[in-house]
Amino acid sequence: MRRFWSVTRAVAWRSVHNTLVSPAILLPSLIFPLFFLVAFAGGLSRISDVPNFDYGPGYTSFQFVFVFLQSAAFGGVFTGFAVARDFDSGFARRLMLSAPRRSGIIAGYALGALGRWVVTGTVVTIAAVIAGMNVDGNGVQLVGLVGLGLMMNFAAALWACGLAMFLRTEQAGALIQMPVFVAMFLAPVYVPLPLLTGWIHDVARYNPVTKALEAGRGLLAGSPVEVGVAFLALAVAASVLTVFARGGLRSAERAG
Amino acid sequence: MTQVNSIQVTGLVREFRKGPRAVDGINLSVAPGEIYGFLGPNGAGKSTTVLMLTTLLPPTSGTATVGGFDIVKQGSEVRASIGAALQEAALDQILTGREHLLLQATLQGLGRADRNRRADELLERVGLTEAANRRVGGYSGGMKRRLDLALALVHSPRILFLDEPTTGLDVQSRTALWDEVARLAHEEGMTVFLTTQYLEEADVLADRVGIIDHGNIVAEGTPAQLKAEIGSPSVELTPVDVAEGDRLAELLAGFGESRRDGRGSVTVQLPGGESQLAEIIRVLDQADLHIELLQLHQPSLDDVFLAKTGRKLEGAGEDEEAPVAP
Amino acid sequence: MSAVAITVSPPGLLEQVAAVARRSATRTLRQRALLIFPMLFPLILFAINGSALNAATKIPGFPAPTYRDFLLAFPFMQGALFIAVTAGVDIARDIESGYFNRLALTPLRGEAMLIGQLGGAFVTAISQSIVYLLVGIATGVPIKSGVPGAFVLLILATLIAFAFANIGALLALRTGTGEAVQALFPLLFVTLFLSSSSLPRNLIKATWFRDIATYNPVSYLVEGMRSLIIKGWDGQALYLGFGFAIVIGAIALTLASRAMRTRLVRT
Repeated sequence: MRRFWSVTRAVAWRSVHNTLVSPAILLPSLIFPLFFLVAFAGGLSRISDVPNFDYGPGYTSFQFVFVFLQSAAFGGVFTGFAVARDFDSGFARRLMLSAPRRSGIIAGYALGALGRWVVTGTVVTIAAVIAGMNVDGNGVQLVGLVGLGLMMNFAAALWACGLAMFLRTEQAGALIQMPVFVAMFLAPVYVPLPLLTGWIHDVARYNPVTKALEAGRGLLAGSPVEVGVAFLALAVAASVLTVFARGGLRSAERAG
Repeated sequence: MTQVNSIQVTGLVREFRKGPRAVDGINLSVAPGEIYGFLGPNGAGKSTTVLMLTTLLPPTSGTATVGGFDIVKQGSEVRASIGAALQEAALDQILTGREHLLLQATLQGLGRADRNRRADELLERVGLTEAANRRVGGYSGGMKRRLDLALALVHSPRILFLDEPTTGLDVQSRTALWDEVARLAHEEGMTVFLTTQYLEEADVLADRVGIIDHGNIVAEGTPAQLKAEIGSPSVELTPVDVAEGDRLAELLAGFGESRRDGRGSVTVQLPGGESQLAEIIRVLDQADLHIELLQLHQPSLDDVFLAKTGRKLEGAGEDEEAPVAP
Repeated sequence: MSAVAITVSPPGLLEQVAAVARRSATRTLRQRALLIFPMLFPLILFAINGSALNAATKIPGFPAPTYRDFLLAFPFMQGALFIAVTAGVDIARDIESGYFNRLALTPLRGEAMLIGQLGGAFVTAISQSIVYLLVGIATGVPIKSGVPGAFVLLILATLIAFAFANIGALLALRTGTGEAVQALFPLLFVTLFLSSSSLPRNLIKATWFRDIATYNPVSYLVEGMRSLIIKGWDGQALYLGFGFAIVIGAIALTLASRAMRTRLVRT
């Protein structure tokens, strides 16, 4: 166990450190969520005038939850890019040779993703507060919202690390990113689920991201909705993706 | 009638915004049909010189003519009379070898009828006919260099610039390229200006060598002349019986300066050159003195570089940075 | 083998452009991933947002019966941004690999090199635009300006893509690196979203956002294309759309030409 944690800590430290000292990596991870907040909450705020759009705290808060969870998901995705880069550069081989417990490598990358998202999530939250976001939830509910973000980040990191280890090339970036992007957007991003029409309503209904979004918005509004279901959905996703990530690690080990 | 030099350089200087002068007032001339080897370590100024002579980098001061044309005032005429294979084998990984040649032929102004014929001819000459329709991305390093050379020859230039053409190649590819360069110069009368950091390449290929260090030409001449300036060859002999060392030294004393080492070996200078070796062997044979080991040491261009600069050529120099446009 | 005598005479400008353009187009067609992904991603967004934002049609004054009709201009604009980056990266790669120097040693003129290098961008722009238009029609979007309008739409979209390709070329020639060009993409992405691409300007609630959209030339490019789809023949929108496309293109081409002359630095 001790060896597992020593590997986890080392990999996580490197992941966080390399992001913080590299503006080319740090800035996009901060700027993109802020940009989405501005574009959606600012540019599309008129959407809240649509009949039956009733979300108490207002459109900025409505969009904040999406951006908050999206930044968590993409924090995990960016970790996959870093893993793929490590394989391209040969550093991953060095890691696998020297780590006494290799499963700690995955845990380390995931923990690193979490560490980086703490920075991004904080910046996004501060920006939304400055933009006049209303917060109607209490402390416990807000912790619940953060918890949803952590689970989202963890699940996305497992997906990204697993796929990066299967493919072992930086060119896998688009393949890592697209499914997460599509999954996030096949959800009630702009309007609540009841106001979605057509095929997207049918897809969004069964999308686990929808559960997380609705639960998050409910927590922020102080009226939690299916929070347990949301956590369960994310936990199931994380479990499945843990198996996937371990498969990726084994594939990388076999390749040498 | 005085012969017009293919390349004539007078006081050529290139300064960059940051750092010392990359080329510090060099003078050189290359006769038509000559292979001129420009030898020096990384960062000596070789590539910068080539870029100026091929009109891709304006000189800070000094003059040069290539093919009789001024490199500053008659740039387009210079480019029409030269071919160049620069430091990187600058190729498009997506195109095939044939497509490269056809594009080059079009841009160089070959007529439609000539383009395919010329491409076929050059592909055969550099041994790439079979790989002609494969993308360059799949070529080996040697194949890329050969294509690079072919592209430089598309418009039958009179003067060829080769900037470290065999760097990174295996022995076989390197030898093949040397053979082709020698053939171009000796059979087709092409003038070749070749930069290299490999002693053997300059020694084997070049008719004349200019040694450059820190932007200055420190020595110039044929390889034999340069080596002769430094000293004569020497021969090291080791007797079968170590005790015969004294007798050996006595026998060799008449040939030139000698020195001994603790193992009974004697090294003697040969001021008359290698031809003295035959006489030495005859003398030893007459004296019935048996030799275990005989080694002939020739001064190398590295010895020339050492004598002129105080440093060995191989291992000298930092990485030459790509010149930055002002 | 003895060399056969060859005749050499510098090719004319058109022949130079054609040769370089042919190479650029060949490169584009052979790198299918670079052709398909930039085509696919805007369509994915079109499919998702076209449905997800349909509730916006309930806003009083919304100018189209479905959001998909309103949104069809978006992929054309987004495609143009991708083209800006790929065109720039292509040129930057030539500079980084030294192939640019090889071309510089030929009689190739700077303007021919620039226009020719954008040949690939032209191929991408045309094929992308046709695909977007066909997808739009196949998903039931009526082109109010009819068949002639569809052609005008293709022309305008190609013009916009070419203008942005020059921006990518400018950045590549100034910096000489693919990384710097890639960094352009987020900036272009931002200018696309801070426009009237998602809602008509008069329906944007946040005053600051509306002001930015009003001063953002991308709004007029999108509105010009959109007018052909949802309105028919709107003279003012087309005038502004074509006007901005031509002005942006002319400025970008002028600056790119200047950058090419500096980069080409032949004596």
